[in-house]
Amino acid sequence: MSVLHIINKSPFEKNSLDTCLRLAKKGSAVLLIEDAIYAAQKNTAVADKIDAAVIKHTVYALEPDLDARGVDKSTIIDGISLVDYDGFVQLATEYSGTQSWL
Amino acid sequence: MSVIKKFLYVNRRAPHGSIYALESLEVVLIGAAFDQDVALAFIDDGVYQLMLNQDTSGIATKNFSSTYKALGDYDVNKIYVEKESLEMRGLSKENLLPLTYEDEDDDWAEKDSIQIVTSAELSDIIDNQDLIFSF
Repeated sequence: MSVLHIINKSPFEKNSLDTCLRLAKKGSAVLLIEDAIYAAQKNTAVADKIDAAVIKHTVYALEPDLDARGVDKSTIIDGISLVDYDGFVQLATEYSGTQSWL
Repeated sequence: MSVIKKFLYVNRRAPHGSIYALESLEVVLIGAAFDQDVALAFIDDGVYQLMLNQDTSGIATKNFSSTYKALGDYDVNKIYVEKESLEMRGLSKENLLPLTYEDEDDDWAEKDSIQIVTSAELSDIIDNQDLIFSF
Protein backbone atom coordinates (compact mmCIF):
# COMPACT_ATOMS: atom_id res chain seq x y z
CA MET A 1 0.00 0.00 0.00
CA SER A 2 1.67 3.15 -1.14
CA VAL A 3 0.64 6.51 -2.50
CA LEU A 4 1.37 8.17 -5.83
CA HIS A 5 2.09 11.83 -5.09
CA ILE A 6 1.43 14.15 -8.03
CA ILE A 7 2.89 17.66 -8.23
CA ASN A 8 1.91 20.11 -10.98
CA LYS A 9 3.29 23.46 -9.78
CA SER A 10 6.69 25.01 -10.38
CA PRO A 11 9.02 24.60 -7.37
CA PHE A 12 10.03 28.24 -7.85
CA GLU A 13 6.48 29.54 -7.60
CA LYS A 14 4.80 27.37 -4.98
CA ASN A 15 5.84 25.21 -2.04
CA SER A 16 4.02 22.08 -3.30
CA LEU A 17 7.29 20.21 -3.88
CA ASP A 18 8.58 21.01 -0.39
CA THR A 19 5.36 20.03 1.34
CA CYS A 20 5.05 16.84 -0.69
CA LEU A 21 8.61 15.76 0.04
CA ARG A 22 8.15 16.59 3.73
CA LEU A 23 5.03 14.42 4.05
CA ALA A 24 5.49 11.61 1.52
CA LYS A 25 6.45 8.31 3.14
CA LYS A 26 9.59 6.46 2.12
CA GLY A 27 8.85 4.14 -0.77
CA SER A 28 5.95 6.17 -2.12
CA ALA A 29 6.14 7.57 -5.64
CA VAL A 30 6.39 11.19 -6.78
CA LEU A 31 5.21 12.16 -10.26
CA LEU A 32 6.15 15.57 -11.66
CA ILE A 33 3.70 16.92 -14.24
CA GLU A 34 2.94 20.28 -15.90
CA ASP A 35 5.05 23.11 -14.39
CA ALA A 36 6.47 20.78 -11.72
CA ILE A 37 8.71 19.20 -14.37
CA TYR A 38 11.03 22.22 -14.02
CA ALA A 39 12.10 20.62 -10.72
CA ALA A 40 13.53 17.69 -12.70
CA GLN A 41 16.30 19.72 -14.34
CA LYS A 42 19.91 19.54 -13.19
CA ASN A 43 21.76 22.58 -11.83
CA THR A 44 18.74 24.42 -10.50
CA ALA A 45 18.32 25.90 -7.02
CA VAL A 46 16.07 22.94 -6.11
CA ALA A 47 18.17 20.12 -7.62
CA ASP A 48 19.46 19.05 -4.20
CA LYS A 49 15.90 18.34 -3.07
CA ILE A 50 15.28 16.04 -6.03
CA ASP A 51 18.69 14.37 -5.59
CA ALA A 52 17.54 13.46 -2.07
CA ALA A 53 14.03 12.51 -3.22
CA VAL A 54 15.20 9.89 -5.75
CA ILE A 55 16.85 7.97 -2.89
CA LYS A 56 13.71 7.94 -0.76
CA HIS A 57 11.07 7.68 -3.50
CA THR A 58 10.52 6.50 -7.03
CA VAL A 59 10.41 9.78 -8.96
CA TYR A 60 8.74 10.12 -12.35
CA ALA A 61 8.32 13.02 -14.78
CA LEU A 62 5.71 13.28 -17.53
CA GLU A 63 7.54 13.37 -20.86
CA PRO A 64 4.98 15.35 -22.93
CA ASP A 65 5.23 18.13 -20.35
CA LEU A 66 9.04 18.17 -20.65
CA ASP A 67 8.76 18.41 -24.45
CA ALA A 68 6.16 21.21 -24.29
CA ARG A 69 8.48 23.28 -22.13
CA GLY A 70 11.66 22.69 -24.14
CA VAL A 71 13.32 20.80 -21.29
CA ASP A 72 15.90 18.50 -22.86
CA LYS A 73 16.00 14.93 -21.55
CA SER A 74 19.79 15.13 -21.21
CA THR A 75 19.31 17.79 -18.52
CA ILE A 76 17.09 15.62 -16.31
CA ILE A 77 18.43 14.59 -12.89
CA ASP A 78 19.70 10.99 -12.75
CA GLY A 79 17.27 8.61 -11.11
CA ILE A 80 14.11 10.18 -12.52
CA SER A 81 12.06 7.92 -14.80
CA LEU A 82 10.09 9.41 -17.69
CA VAL A 83 6.52 8.29 -18.37
CA ASP A 84 3.98 9.10 -21.07
CA TYR A 85 0.22 9.36 -20.56
CA ASP A 86 -0.22 5.57 -20.70
CA GLY A 87 2.48 5.26 -18.06
CA PHE A 88 0.68 7.85 -15.93
CA VAL A 89 -2.50 5.71 -16.03
CA GLN A 90 -0.49 2.59 -15.26
CA LEU A 91 1.04 4.28 -12.18
CA ALA A 92 -2.40 5.35 -10.98
CA THR A 93 -3.53 1.72 -11.06
CA GLU A 94 -0.40 0.39 -9.35
CA TYR A 95 -0.57 2.56 -6.23
CA SER A 96 -3.18 2.38 -3.49
CA GLY A 97 -4.16 6.01 -3.99
CA THR A 98 -3.10 9.35 -5.40
CA GLN A 99 -2.44 12.66 -3.71
CA SER A 100 -2.37 15.79 -5.86
CA TRP A 101 -0.36 18.64 -4.31
CA LEU A 102 -2.16 21.46 -6.10
CA MET B 1 0.18 64.57 -31.85
CA SER B 2 0.31 61.61 -29.58
CA VAL B 3 3.00 61.26 -26.96
CA ILE B 4 5.16 58.16 -27.10
CA LYS B 5 5.30 56.46 -23.73
CA LYS B 6 7.60 53.83 -22.35
CA PHE B 7 5.73 50.56 -21.79
CA LEU B 8 7.21 47.66 -19.84
CA TYR B 9 5.56 44.25 -19.83
CA VAL B 10 6.71 42.17 -16.85
CA ASN B 11 6.44 38.39 -17.33
CA ARG B 12 6.86 36.16 -14.29
CA ARG B 13 4.95 32.96 -15.17
CA ALA B 14 5.97 29.74 -16.87
CA PRO B 15 4.46 29.38 -20.36
CA HIS B 16 2.08 26.39 -20.39
CA GLY B 17 0.76 25.96 -16.84
CA SER B 18 -1.43 29.07 -17.00
CA ILE B 19 -2.77 31.50 -19.60
CA TYR B 20 -0.64 34.46 -18.42
CA ALA B 21 2.23 34.05 -20.88
CA LEU B 22 0.03 33.76 -23.97
CA GLU B 23 -2.18 36.65 -22.84
CA SER B 24 0.87 38.84 -22.26
CA LEU B 25 2.26 38.08 -25.69
CA GLU B 26 -1.06 38.95 -27.33
CA VAL B 27 -1.30 42.25 -25.45
CA VAL B 28 2.30 43.09 -26.41
CA LEU B 29 1.56 42.48 -30.09
CA ILE B 30 -1.62 44.58 -29.94
CA GLY B 31 0.21 47.37 -28.09
CA ALA B 32 3.05 47.29 -30.61
CA ALA B 33 0.61 48.42 -33.30
CA PHE B 34 0.27 51.78 -31.50
CA ASP B 35 3.92 52.81 -32.00
CA GLN B 36 4.84 53.05 -28.36
CA ASP B 37 8.27 52.46 -26.82
CA VAL B 38 7.82 48.85 -25.73
CA ALA B 39 10.11 46.68 -23.61
CA LEU B 40 9.63 43.22 -22.11
CA ALA B 41 11.10 41.87 -18.89
CA PHE B 42 11.31 38.16 -18.08
CA ILE B 43 11.74 37.42 -14.38
CA ASP B 44 11.34 34.31 -12.18
CA ASP B 45 9.53 31.49 -14.05
CA GLY B 46 8.87 33.98 -16.86
CA VAL B 47 12.32 33.13 -18.26
CA TYR B 48 10.91 29.70 -19.19
CA GLN B 49 8.70 31.39 -21.81
CA LEU B 50 11.79 31.90 -23.96
CA MET B 51 13.09 28.32 -23.80
CA LEU B 52 14.30 26.82 -27.08
CA ASN B 53 12.73 23.69 -28.62
CA GLN B 54 9.30 23.84 -27.01
CA ASP B 55 7.06 21.19 -28.61
CA THR B 56 3.49 21.17 -27.33
CA SER B 57 2.22 18.46 -29.70
CA GLY B 58 2.12 16.00 -26.80
CA ILE B 59 -0.10 18.18 -24.60
CA ALA B 60 -2.39 19.39 -27.38
CA THR B 61 -2.04 23.12 -26.72
CA LYS B 62 -0.99 26.00 -28.96
CA ASN B 63 2.78 26.30 -29.29
CA PHE B 64 3.10 30.08 -29.17
CA SER B 65 6.86 30.07 -28.49
CA SER B 66 7.65 30.73 -32.16
CA THR B 67 5.56 33.92 -31.96
CA TYR B 68 8.27 35.57 -29.83
CA LYS B 69 10.45 35.53 -32.95
CA ALA B 70 7.99 37.95 -34.60
CA LEU B 71 8.53 40.62 -31.93
CA GLY B 72 11.50 42.07 -33.81
CA ASP B 73 9.28 42.74 -36.84
CA TYR B 74 6.96 44.75 -34.59
CA ASP B 75 9.87 46.91 -33.37
CA VAL B 76 9.79 45.18 -30.00
CA ASN B 77 13.50 44.71 -29.53
CA LYS B 78 14.20 45.49 -25.91
CA ILE B 79 13.84 42.12 -24.20
CA TYR B 80 15.38 42.01 -20.76
CA VAL B 81 15.99 38.67 -19.02
CA GLU B 82 17.07 38.72 -15.39
CA LYS B 83 20.41 36.98 -14.88
CA GLU B 84 19.59 35.85 -11.35
CA SER B 85 16.38 34.14 -12.52
CA LEU B 86 18.28 32.22 -15.20
CA GLU B 87 21.00 31.13 -12.79
CA MET B 88 18.54 29.84 -10.20
CA ARG B 89 17.12 27.60 -12.94
CA GLY B 90 20.48 26.37 -14.25
CA LEU B 91 19.92 28.22 -17.53
CA SER B 92 21.94 30.60 -19.68
CA LYS B 93 21.35 32.62 -22.84
CA GLU B 94 22.18 29.54 -24.96
CA ASN B 95 19.00 27.87 -23.68
CA LEU B 96 16.84 30.74 -24.95
CA LEU B 97 15.28 31.51 -28.34
CA PRO B 98 17.68 33.55 -30.50
CA LEU B 99 15.53 36.69 -30.80
CA THR B 100 16.80 39.34 -33.19
CA TYR B 101 15.74 42.51 -34.98
CA GLU B 102 17.00 44.57 -37.91
CA ASP B 103 18.33 47.97 -36.82
CA GLU B 104 17.11 50.60 -39.29
CA ASP B 105 19.59 53.13 -37.87
CA ASP B 106 22.51 50.81 -38.60
CA ASP B 107 21.93 49.72 -42.23
CA TRP B 108 19.41 47.07 -41.11
CA ALA B 109 22.07 45.06 -39.32
CA GLU B 110 20.66 42.05 -37.48
CA LYS B 111 21.04 42.49 -33.74
CA ASP B 112 20.20 40.60 -30.57
CA SER B 113 16.94 41.61 -28.92
CA ILE B 114 17.65 39.74 -25.70
CA GLN B 115 19.73 41.45 -23.05
CA ILE B 116 20.69 39.53 -19.93
CA VAL B 117 20.54 42.06 -17.08
CA THR B 118 21.31 41.88 -13.38
CA SER B 119 18.70 42.61 -10.73
CA ALA B 120 20.31 46.02 -10.15
CA GLU B 121 20.12 46.87 -13.85
CA LEU B 122 16.54 45.64 -14.07
CA SER B 123 15.46 47.71 -11.10
CA ASP B 124 16.73 50.83 -12.92
CA ILE B 125 14.84 49.77 -16.07
CA ILE B 126 11.61 49.31 -14.09
CA ASP B 127 12.15 52.68 -12.44
CA ASN B 128 12.41 54.39 -15.81
CA GLN B 129 8.99 53.43 -17.33
CA ASP B 130 5.79 55.35 -17.88
CA LEU B 131 3.53 52.28 -17.74
CA ILE B 132 4.08 48.78 -16.38
CA PHE B 133 1.89 45.78 -17.20
CA SER B 134 2.26 42.68 -15.03
CA PHE B 135 1.62 39.13 -16.16
